[in-house]
Amino acid sequence: MPTYNSEKCKKSDRIERLKAELFRKMPEIEADRAVLLTESYMQTEGEPMVTRRAKAFKNILEYIPITIRPDELIVGSATIAPRGCQVFPEFSYEWLEAEFDTVAERNADKFCISEKTKETLRGVYRYWKGKTTSELATSLIAPEALLAMEHNVFTPGNYFYNGVGHVCVKYDDVLAKGYRGIIEEVKAERVKMNFGDADYPAKSALLDGIIMSCEAAITYAHRYAALARETAKGESDPHRRAELEQIAKNCERVPEYGARSFYEACQSFWFVQMLLQTESSGHSISPGRFDRYMYPYYEADIKSGKISRDFAQELMDCIWVKLNDLNKCRDKDSAEGFAGYSLFQNLIAGGQTPEGEDSTNDLSFMCIDATMHVMLPAPSFSVRIWNRTPHEFIIRAAELTRTGVGLPAYYNDEVIIPSLMSRGIPLEEARNYCIIGCVEPQVPGKTWGWHDAAFFNMLKPMEMVFANGKLDGVQVGLETGELCELDSFDKFFAAYKAQMDYAISLLVNADNAIDEAHAVRCPLPYLSSMLDDCVKKGKTPEQGGAVYNFTGPQGFGIANVADALYAIKTLVYEQHKFTLEELNEAMKHNFGKFDGADITEMTEKIASELSHSGVEINEKVVAEIYNTLKNKDGNSRYAEIREMILDAPKFGNDNEAVDMMAREAAYTYTRPLPNYKNPRGGIFQAGLYPVSANVPLGAQTGATPDGRYAKTPVADGVSPSAGRDVHGPTSSANSVSVLDHGIASNGTLFNMKFHPSALEGMAGLENFAALVQTYFERKGSHMQFNVVSRETLRDAQKHPEKYAGLVVRVAGYSALFTTLSKSLQDDIINRTEQRSF
Amino acid sequence: MDKYSVSGRVFDIQKFSTHDGPGIRTVVFLKGCILRCRWCCNPESQSHRIERMKTGGKIKTVGYDTTVEEVMKKVRQDMPYYRRSGGGVTLSGGEALAQSEFAAALLSAAKDEGINTAVETTACLPFDMISEPLKYIDTVLCDIKHMNSEKHEKFCGLRNELILSNIRKIADSGAHMIIRVPTIPGFNDTEEEISDIARFAASLSGVDEIHLLPYHRLGYDKYVGLGRDYPMGDVQSPSKDKMNLLAAAAEKFGLTVVIGG
Repeated sequence: MPTYNSEKCKKSDRIERLKAELFRKMPEIEADRAVLLTESYMQTEGEPMVTRRAKAFKNILEYIPITIRPDELIVGSATIAPRGCQVFPEFSYEWLEAEFDTVAERNADKFCISEKTKETLRGVYRYWKGKTTSELATSLIAPEALLAMEHNVFTPGNYFYNGVGHVCVKYDDVLAKGYRGIIEEVKAERVKMNFGDADYPAKSALLDGIIMSCEAAITYAHRYAALARETAKGESDPHRRAELEQIAKNCERVPEYGARSFYEACQSFWFVQMLLQTESSGHSISPGRFDRYMYPYYEADIKSGKISRDFAQELMDCIWVKLNDLNKCRDKDSAEGFAGYSLFQNLIAGGQTPEGEDSTNDLSFMCIDATMHVMLPAPSFSVRIWNRTPHEFIIRAAELTRTGVGLPAYYNDEVIIPSLMSRGIPLEEARNYCIIGCVEPQVPGKTWGWHDAAFFNMLKPMEMVFANGKLDGVQVGLETGELCELDSFDKFFAAYKAQMDYAISLLVNADNAIDEAHAVRCPLPYLSSMLDDCVKKGKTPEQGGAVYNFTGPQGFGIANVADALYAIKTLVYEQHKFTLEELNEAMKHNFGKFDGADITEMTEKIASELSHSGVEINEKVVAEIYNTLKNKDGNSRYAEIREMILDAPKFGNDNEAVDMMAREAAYTYTRPLPNYKNPRGGIFQAGLYPVSANVPLGAQTGATPDGRYAKTPVADGVSPSAGRDVHGPTSSANSVSVLDHGIASNGTLFNMKFHPSALEGMAGLENFAALVQTYFERKGSHMQFNVVSRETLRDAQKHPEKYAGLVVRVAGYSALFTTLSKSLQDDIINRTEQRSF
Repeated sequence: MDKYSVSGRVFDIQKFSTHDGPGIRTVVFLKGCILRCRWCCNPESQSHRIERMKTGGKIKTVGYDTTVEEVMKKVRQDMPYYRRSGGGVTLSGGEALAQSEFAAALLSAAKDEGINTAVETTACLPFDMISEPLKYIDTVLCDIKHMNSEKHEKFCGLRNELILSNIRKIADSGAHMIIRVPTIPGFNDTEEEISDIARFAASLSGVDEIHLLPYHRLGYDKYVGLGRDYPMGDVQSPSKDKMNLLAAAAEKFGLTVVIGG
C-alpha cells in the first residue's frame, strides 16, 4: 500500500499571471548591490576579509531596494526589474565593462543596461582594480597552465570570473530553528573559545561575521514585512489586502524563527535560496531534496486541516516561478556555454531515506506537477530512481518528459550511492545525496564540491599528439614524438595518455590557484552559517570549512576520442588504409571542406607555424600559402579519408569493440584526477558532462580523426557523437552503459532525443520507463531527454548532419528523419505540431 | 540441420520498435512478399531479389543473406529491455512466413532463449507454411485489407479467400491474434467496409483487438529511390475525425480498437 497521496492538484490562475509579469521585458542589469558592496569595502580597508564580507553583506541587505511583485504569495526579489541581475565586481568586472554596449544585442542571454547604470558601475569599478579574485588567481596560475588556457585545452572560466556556488545548504536547519536558533548555536561555540587557541583570531572573526550575516538576513525579511504592511494599506482589493497582511506576518516570523506552517516554511526557504545568491555570484545553488525537508511542515498542516493540498501546490508553484526571477549575467563566451539564463538550481524528488527506505511522498509528486504547471527552465528538476521507486512515480515523471520541457533528469541511486561511498562518504549520508547544478551528486549541507571546476577538451591532447605537443605552432604539451615514431597503436595511445596526464596536471594547477584566490579574497560568512562544519572548524567553505571537499572539473569529447582512436587503430595500424601523416594533412585541410574565410584562417595558421619554426614570413610567403591552399587539388583524397573514417564503426551502436575503446578513453581522464589534491584537503574527481559548452568549445577545435569537421560541436557528455548513433535508443543506451560511470563521481550526462510519438499513450510511457530502468540496471548514472519539437525538426532539415540518428515514428512507422525528402519531413513537422499533450 | 545455421534473406533489423507487438521490440524484416498492395510503405521488401535503392543521395544494397545465429546476436543485445517492458522480437517483411523454414527456426530459437515472439503476416500463403512457425509465435499480427475479394485483388494483386480461411485456421489453433487494417482512402475507408472486417474479426476466437493503421505517404521516397512510380498518386492520409468515426464503427462489434497500433 502506498503511504502517499499522488492525486493531482489543480493549477491556480495566479501562476500564469506571475509568469506573464516575470517575462514582460528583457532582463536588466542593476547596480545597487555593486554600489553598496563597494561603499562598505571602502570603509573597512585593513579589517579581516571575512569581517569585511559580512559588513558588506549587511550593508547590501539593509539598503538594497526591495519590491513585492503583483500577485506574489512568496516574496523576496534580488532586483526591482523582473528577472534582473545584480553585479559582483569582487570576482571580476572588466568583461562587463567591455560589454556595456553589446550585452543587450549579443547572441546568448541578452541583458539591457541603462546609461545611468553604466555610469554608476564605471565609478564603482575604479575601486576594484587589482582587488578581484580573478586578478589574484591569474597571478597564482603557473605560466604553463595559462598557456594551455590560452590555447583552449581547458577553461576554468566559471570560478575564474564568478563566485563558486554549487552547494546545497542546510535548509532544514533554518526552517526548524530560524537564524535566531543558528545565532544562539554560534554564540555557544564562541563562548567555548579560549584567547589562547591557535585559531582564535580567524575563528572569532568568522563566527562574528556569521552572526552579523544572519542578523542581516533577519533585517532584510523585516523590511519585506514592513513593505507588505505598507502595500496592504493602499490595496483596494480586500482579497489581495489579506494576502499582503499574511505575507507581512510570514516575514516577521521567518527566517528569524522556525517555521510553524508550510506557508512559513516556503517563505523561509525562499529567503535562504535568494540571499545565498546575493552574497555571491556562484550559480548552481541547489535546493536539493525539497520533498524531504519540506514534508514535515506539509504533513502537519494537512493533518490539522490548516491548508488544502491545492493551496500547498499553489505555494510550490509560486516558488517554482520565483526560481526563474533570479538571474545572472555572464561574460559573452560563458553565456554561450551556459546558454538559457540558467542558474542550475537543481531540485530533486524521490529516492531513499538515509536508512534505505523509499522516500517518495506527496510532495515528490507535487514537485512533478509544479514543473508541469509552471513549464519554465528553473528549477533544474530531477528525480532519483532506485530499485524500490514506486512505478507510479516513474510514470508520472515520464508524463512530464513527454511534454517536451526537457525535465526531469533521471538519476540512478544504484550507481551514485556506491560512487559517493568510494570517495569516503558513509552509507547513510551517501543515501541522502542530492544533485548540484547539472548532474553533480553531493551530500547536502556538508559539501564544498567545486563541482563545475573547468571544461576540459579531451580532443586538444589528441591534437597535440599529432603535432608533438604543439598547438598552433606553440609548445603547449609534452614532446611525445614525431608521427613517424608512433609506429604502433600502443605507442600512439601511450602518447595520448602522456598528453592527457600533463594537461590534467595543468588543469589542476589552474583550479588550485583559483581556489586559493577565493579563500583569500571572497570568504562567505552567510553561507558558512548553513554548511557543516564551518562553525566548528572556524573556517569558511573556501578555507576548507566543509566536511567534504572536492574539485570536479568535467571532461568532454569522449565519443569523439573513442571514435578517433578506433579509426586510427583499425584504418591506420591494422588495415593500412592511410598513414598518420596523411590523416594529419587531411585534418589540417578540414578533410577538403573549406570556403574563402577558412582559407584565410588556415593560411594564418600555417604562416604562424612556419614562423615558429624559424621561417621568415613576408607577404610573398603568405600569398604562396594562400594560393597553394586555394588551388589545392588533393581535396578528393582528404574527403576519401573522411569517408573511410565515417564507414568505421562508431560509439553508440552497441558495438563492443568501439564501446570498450570509449571506456578506455574515459579512463584517460577519470583515473588520473583523483590522485590530485585541492588546497582544502579534498581530492579531484572527474565529471563527464559539457553543459552546453560542447558547442562553443567545439568551435575552437580543429578537424579531428573521427571525421568531425573543424569548428563543429564536440559530443555532448557521455552521449554518442550527434548523428553517429543510428540504431535507436536501446543501442545507444547499451553503448553508453559500457563506460565506467561510478568512477566519474562528479557526474555523467547522457542526453537522448525522442519524437513525442515514442511516448504516446500508456504503452509509450511504460516503454519509456522500461528504457530508463534498463539503462540504470546496466549501471548508467544519469539520463535526460529532449522530446523533439517542431523547432528541432526544422533545425534537422537545415542541418541534417547533426541529426543523422533522429528516428521519428508516425503511425507505427519508423524512419530516420534526415533521410526523408523535404515534403515528407514537412508532413512530419506538421504532425508534430498537431500533437497536443 | 541445427536451427541456428538455417539461413534466410533479411533487409533490416530495427531496434526499439514500439508499435509491432507488446513492449520494446526488435523487428526483423524479411525480404519478399506475395502481395503488391498499392500503399505498401516498404516497396523494397516486395521482391525477394537483392536490390539497389537510392536513399539520402547514396545507392545502397537492400537485402542480405544471413543465419538465425547472426540475427539472434542482434536480437539478444536488447534482452534486458524485453524483460522490463514485456517486449521481444517481431518478424515482419515482406511476408515473413514466405521464408517459412527460416522464420520457424528463428522463432523457435527465440522461444528457446525465453524471448517473446510476434509475427506480422498477410496470411496469404499455403497453410502448411504457416503451421510450423505458428508453434513458436506468441502474438500473430494479421492484416485484413478488405472483405470483398474483387476489390482486394484490384488493390493488392490477389484475392482474399485463402487469407480469410488461413486466419480462421490460425484463430482455431488457439493463437493470440490481433487484426490490423491498413486504412486506405478510396479503398476501405467507409464505415461499411470497416464494419465488415470488424464483424469477421469479432467472430474469430482469440481475437479481441483490432488496429486501424491510417494510410501515410512515408514510403514515397523509397519508390523514387527504386526508380518506380508511386502507385497512390497524391492520396492524402485520412483525417483524425475520419479515423475516430471508423474506430467507432469497429467498436460496435465488441472489439478493442486502437488507432495506429
